[in-house]
Amino acid sequence: MRNPQLTSDGKLKHLLTIDGLPRNILNQILDTAESFVGVAEREVKKVPLLRGKTVCNIFFENSTRTRTTFEIAAKRLSADVINLNVNTSSQAKGETIMDTIDNLTAMHADMFVIRHAQSGAAHFIAQHVEPHIHVINAGDGRHAHPTQGLLDVFTVRRYKPDMHNLRVAIIGDVLHSRVARSEIHALTTLGVPEVRVIAPKTLLPAHVEKLGVHVYHDMKEGLKDVDVIMMLRLQNERMNGALLPSAQEYFKCFGLTQEKLAYAKPDAIVMHPGPMNRGVEIDSAVADGSQSVILPQVTYGIAVRMAVMSILAGNS
Amino acid sequence: MKPNLPNAEALLSDLAIQLKPLIKPETALVGIHSGGVWLLDRLLPILGADIPHGVLDVSFYRDDFQQRGLHTEPKPSQINFDVKDRHIILVDDVFYTGRTIRAAMNELFDYGRPASISLAVLVNRGGRELPIAPQISTYEIDLPINSNLQLLRKEDGSFYLQLEESV
Repeated sequence: MRNPQLTSDGKLKHLLTIDGLPRNILNQILDTAESFVGVAEREVKKVPLLRGKTVCNIFFENSTRTRTTFEIAAKRLSADVINLNVNTSSQAKGETIMDTIDNLTAMHADMFVIRHAQSGAAHFIAQHVEPHIHVINAGDGRHAHPTQGLLDVFTVRRYKPDMHNLRVAIIGDVLHSRVARSEIHALTTLGVPEVRVIAPKTLLPAHVEKLGVHVYHDMKEGLKDVDVIMMLRLQNERMNGALLPSAQEYFKCFGLTQEKLAYAKPDAIVMHPGPMNRGVEIDSAVADGSQSVILPQVTYGIAVRMAVMSILAGNS
Repeated sequence: MKPNLPNAEALLSDLAIQLKPLIKPETALVGIHSGGVWLLDRLLPILGADIPHGVLDVSFYRDDFQQRGLHTEPKPSQINFDVKDRHIILVDDVFYTGRTIRAAMNELFDYGRPASISLAVLVNRGGRELPIAPQISTYEIDLPINSNLQLLRKEDGSFYLQLEESV
């Protein structure tokens, strides 16, 4: 079966998941993003590529950072941007997803950025939109968050350009994390030789090692000689359920402190997709410390999203 | 019959001679990817390595994005001097339709308002489609529209011109 994200000649039409995308497309996105980084440092932080195009950010689930950076990215490409939040839209009045999409299509939207709590929502929409429309998945359920995965590997590449010689550890709630899945697919596709996950057994999906990762349950062992540390957000609703005894105990075992950070290589970088739970998965001293690249991740997220949008818009 | 093409190295020397009297304290040189950047790399040691300079990749400003998308891999533009009130000389290898130069001018203005922009090229091959023309060109030739004239680099770094009849 043809990859639903690609055109018949193998170009990126929609961005739904990193899983199954060839390395050359990932590199094309990252290389293009490199050129957009400088745009933000100029007097006029805009290029005219998407002039006359309309981008709709449709968020069926809350988000601040992702929605804002998609909005800034589209505006810096000179597109017109519409933001729709589900709780204020006609969905609350009972309209189906496809009716919402069809109505926006009738208003001549050219690109949809979709976040939804259901895995597969963006795929579903991509399969049903008019052929000239592009769909970007901005997070669907536990499935994928491809632009987050891309901005994370872009950040890694900027600080550690030799991707073929890296050890990366992803730490935390891998089970519920679409970010972790996208990071793992991006890292392995780009040829990172060793990707580790560190988490309690209750927060790892069954057969996680089939994704090509090495599994650790202990921070001291898992962080040894690591170049890149990717923290995951521990969602509040997980903390008091059956999966974990308490936030305090989680922090004691898996929270990233200066002391645990010392097990990694001295020049290791620390990443987090946000929003952070300080004192749960990460200590403030580490989050604000010299090895943290958490804020550059946000900045690079704009350049990466500009790259994705401009590549999609050009592949009509 | 293919026309005889001039020696690109000789044209480069000529370009340096013509540019030399134009370099003033407020001058900056900007090469356009990729041929213009190669030329700039060779011109700077001759004209003065301390001249403010930069490079432009006009991919994000091209007027054929709707038709062709990002068909070449963009390289980062780098303008590390203040464009405001500078006399900027754009450097490119071949002048043809003028569309690349239009894109380059639009991009430059997003860095600031220059005092002036002029254009220096190795070859003006005729066929312009916009009211834009080079102030300096070291060689002029009229080529049919279906041909593609390119500046290329040998392994030893020396330049040569190549003409291809595209279909």
